[in-house]
Amino acid sequence: MSRFFTSSIGQKFFMSITGIFLMLFLLVHLSVNSLLLVGDGELFNVAANFMGSNFIMKIIEPILALGLILHIFYATYITLKNQKARPQNYQVMNRSKADWAAKNMFILGGLILIFLVIHLGNFFWHVKFGTVDPISYNGGKEIHDLYSLVSGLFINWWWYDVIYILGAVFLFLHLTHGFWSAFQTLGWNNDKWIKRLKVIAYIYAIIIAGGFATIPAYFLIKYVV
Amino acid sequence: MNKLDAKIPEGPLAEKWNQYKAAMKLVSPNNKKKLDIIVVGTGISGAPAAATLAELGYNVKSFCYQDTPRRAHSVAAQGGINAAKNYKNDGDSVYRLFYDMIKGGDYRAREANVYRAAEVSNAIIDQLTAQGVPFAREYGGTLANRTFGGVQVSRTFYAQGQTGQQVLLGGYSALKRQVAKGKVKMFSRRQMLDIVVVDGKARGIITRNLVTGEIERHVAHAVVLATGGYGTIYYLSTLAVNSNGSAAWQAYKKGAFFGNPSFVQIHPTCIPVLNEYQSKLTLMSESLRNDGRIWVPKAKGDKRNPNDIPDEERDYYLERRYPAFGNLVPRDVAARAAKERCDSGYGVGKTGLAVYLDFRDAVQKQGKKVIKGKYGNLFELYEKITGESPYETPMMIYPAGHYTMGGLWVDYNLMTTIPGLFAIGEANFSDHGANRLGASSLMQGAGDGYFILPNTISNYLADEIRTKLPSTDAQEFVDAENAAVERLNKFLNINGKQTVKSFHKRLGNIMWDYCGMKRNEEGLKKALKMIDDLQKEFWRDVKIPGKLDEINQELEKASRVADFFELAKLMVNDALNRKESCGAHFREESQTEGGEAQRIDDQYSYVAAWEYQGDDKPPKLHKEMLKFENVEVKVRSYK
Amino acid sequence: MKIKLRVWRQENSKAKGKFVKYELDGVDPEMSFLEMLDALNEKLIKEDKDPVAFENDCREGICGSCGLYINGYPHGKGNKIATCQLHMRVFKDGDTITIEPWRSQGFPVLKDLIVDRNAFDKIMSAGGFVSIDAGQAPDANSIWVPKENADKAFDAAACIGCGACVAACKNSSAMLFVAAKVSQLALLPQGKAEAKRRALNMVAKMDELGFGSCTNTGACEAECPKGISIENIARLNREYLSASFSEPE
Repeated sequence: MSRFFTSSIGQKFFMSITGIFLMLFLLVHLSVNSLLLVGDGELFNVAANFMGSNFIMKIIEPILALGLILHIFYATYITLKNQKARPQNYQVMNRSKADWAAKNMFILGGLILIFLVIHLGNFFWHVKFGTVDPISYNGGKEIHDLYSLVSGLFINWWWYDVIYILGAVFLFLHLTHGFWSAFQTLGWNNDKWIKRLKVIAYIYAIIIAGGFATIPAYFLIKYVV
Repeated sequence: MNKLDAKIPEGPLAEKWNQYKAAMKLVSPNNKKKLDIIVVGTGISGAPAAATLAELGYNVKSFCYQDTPRRAHSVAAQGGINAAKNYKNDGDSVYRLFYDMIKGGDYRAREANVYRAAEVSNAIIDQLTAQGVPFAREYGGTLANRTFGGVQVSRTFYAQGQTGQQVLLGGYSALKRQVAKGKVKMFSRRQMLDIVVVDGKARGIITRNLVTGEIERHVAHAVVLATGGYGTIYYLSTLAVNSNGSAAWQAYKKGAFFGNPSFVQIHPTCIPVLNEYQSKLTLMSESLRNDGRIWVPKAKGDKRNPNDIPDEERDYYLERRYPAFGNLVPRDVAARAAKERCDSGYGVGKTGLAVYLDFRDAVQKQGKKVIKGKYGNLFELYEKITGESPYETPMMIYPAGHYTMGGLWVDYNLMTTIPGLFAIGEANFSDHGANRLGASSLMQGAGDGYFILPNTISNYLADEIRTKLPSTDAQEFVDAENAAVERLNKFLNINGKQTVKSFHKRLGNIMWDYCGMKRNEEGLKKALKMIDDLQKEFWRDVKIPGKLDEINQELEKASRVADFFELAKLMVNDALNRKESCGAHFREESQTEGGEAQRIDDQYSYVAAWEYQGDDKPPKLHKEMLKFENVEVKVRSYK
Repeated sequence: MKIKLRVWRQENSKAKGKFVKYELDGVDPEMSFLEMLDALNEKLIKEDKDPVAFENDCREGICGSCGLYINGYPHGKGNKIATCQLHMRVFKDGDTITIEPWRSQGFPVLKDLIVDRNAFDKIMSAGGFVSIDAGQAPDANSIWVPKENADKAFDAAACIGCGACVAACKNSSAMLFVAAKVSQLALLPQGKAEAKRRALNMVAKMDELGFGSCTNTGACEAECPKGISIENIARLNREYLSASFSEPE
């Protein structure tokens, strides 16, 4: 078992399970965020504050962070190792038929990471360490007015809309490969399922990336244009 | 004194092998550890031999010229491997397989050896299956069989059109297992330059490391040659371009007799020559003749598109000449008939050296889908090479050199006339007489390697336990190495103007024209002279660039071609000596009124074993008379 | 046809190589790619130059000796072919063709276009076999194998060990090669007894020899002359994971 952690397949195994974990998180994240598109923001604020203060989510948060860090760590480690496997490169670039995204997962991951830093700075930082205006509905407990934070950002700075849409595009490409690749690495694949998994991967990637992109687009179209 | 003793055990045919095994001398496990064996070649005979000997406990050194043993040319065998399993319940038996081989070989093989090959055939299938060789299966999970040319039973086991590859990889994996255990030491990228004989016994070999150019000496208690056939003597053949006869030739020059060198199988259905740079002829499986019809235009030099030539202007010559067997006549007959048509000016294609193999009628009758199911992968292979689809245009085919029935003469122990030197697989003169039946080469090679040699070699080694191995500094080793190096330097110093390839091509043409499918006294004598002249020109004007101590592919080729000149002369001499026609050997002087091969049993019912007498002296003929006690010698007819 | 060539020339494994340009006239479209190189070598020898070293043997796509990286494709552009099955008719008059050796840590260049693929042999020795001595085998028909499994095992076993998968992979991973052998034997009852040990040991050897890891790009499958599917890689992953979690060291 000990050599499992250092073996090439073992390392890929961790990429795969952290990836699947992050993909599950994206689903939850999107389902909460989609409430931004409904009504005046009350639903979103209630849901987001619930997610932020919930006991289970407090436990999951560090695990999520750890999953992300492991995903990044193994990606970097594997990529560096893989580059060493071909000390001298070809003069003519390889033209073998392969998914573009598959060949550029690390670059896409890096772009997503840059986006993530901006994204965390925009929201997470404010919630944790900054000030968010309080709001209370029907005389209830005061909660963070996260809706104003988000809508304010997307309405006041159009380039953030562009950045968020771009982020969704990178995420889309990353997921089209990452989704089925995760199952392949776990061995849950065969000639019949590979086609199905690739289709499901696209559907999943469209839902996630499309969903996330819709939010800035919605504010952009509704308030700015 | 006749030096030829085949050492065939006494007793009834079916009991010989069992009685031999019961009576043979054994080497105890403890002593096996002290005995070293060299195996040269890693094909379907060499790899299993090396692996099996290691399993038994001997220390084995295995050699091949390729970068890995898995590339030996057995890998290219397509059709299948025969065994007398009788899984089909169609009346097959060891005797029937034996009988088919004796008859197929036109009664020029040794009964006892052929019977033994048939006898061990079943164990080979068991062994290969256990190794994980993925033979074709029925839906019920049992092994599938198919029928092959020249027999009336279904006894051929196969793995699509890649049986040779799968069978070879079985042996290769067994070999790799022993390499991991340290019982086999693997020497790949080695060219064998000479055999070392000490005190009359084979004691080692001289090799050249093809990467560093280093000349190496290897010593052992016995040497096994599993180096395949010499069909590339024709330059164009179905063999790998680096396949060669040099190891067997060095053995011959050290005193091993060469058996029936002129017996070469020409395969009738190969993709013809397409351009002057062509280096290789690809086989198209014999099975195609089940549905394809062979024809040429009735008019000489008819250059029309074959599909525009109406039926009445086509000559389906096999159906015309052999109404009983039609397109399914044996290989030698089909090959000769194609050559006859082309030589008479009816050949097709750019060169006029091809005939049509037409699937038009089969596609019309059975539908494209059925034909695709049967031959899809072969049609694909053909299209890859020629760019034409056999579904739409008739295939063009022509005979090509394929398998050498001839080889080093061996006795029942598979030992050559040099004590301690064994020859197995295609490298020996073997069990195929004057013509080999389809799917029997894998069978014989694997049988030699897995089950026969590992037994017979112990019979020899039992007396070698007390012999102290000579050091590699012994004079015999030094002399052999010096001679080898001197020869290589000689090549490098000629510095002429012509390439090795151009000489090989010219030699191939001579052999093909005069010692190929049809031979006659006048032509053979002419060929002798031509080979001699070409050989002299070679040694005067060949150009080998590069150095000795580096990868030098031209140097490798040169020493092979130099050996081929000498071997070619022996082949021609053998063909001259045998004035009868038998199997693949067709002497025009000995044919029936209908142009069929005519054996002369009262004069030529023997194996011609040739002894080297020196470069300037003609080889000496020894005859091993063949006795047929268990089959009735008949005339083969396919009319 | 006239063809311009840019060929990687390297004297030996230690030398620094470079590209050398050649022009070759009179190329027949019917020639195979290797026959074109033969023609180039004949010309070079006559001009007192060193011929280009490249490996080849059977010239019918089954031995796995040949392997050149041609214009960005292992074995050249074409579906399920080895280099020897590539023909000059796919090129046009005046085309420039760049020929490089396989590039991988695991396949060091020996000379010009020849690389050392001994690593594959080492991986095979680590477990690519069924441990059965000659003479021990039961009757062949006592082992029943469903046709589907036998066919799948054959498809995996069709590997010719050419190394195109490694050459095509951006990580120069040998996973398809290893997966083909592990799959073949995992699909058959004969291979079951050692399946776990085999998967663990062959992967360990592959890692040790400096090949990269598989990132599922599928380039190997696209370039494999025998069209071996990456479903075999999924099966290897499965075998390896289950072996890792159950097999004590």
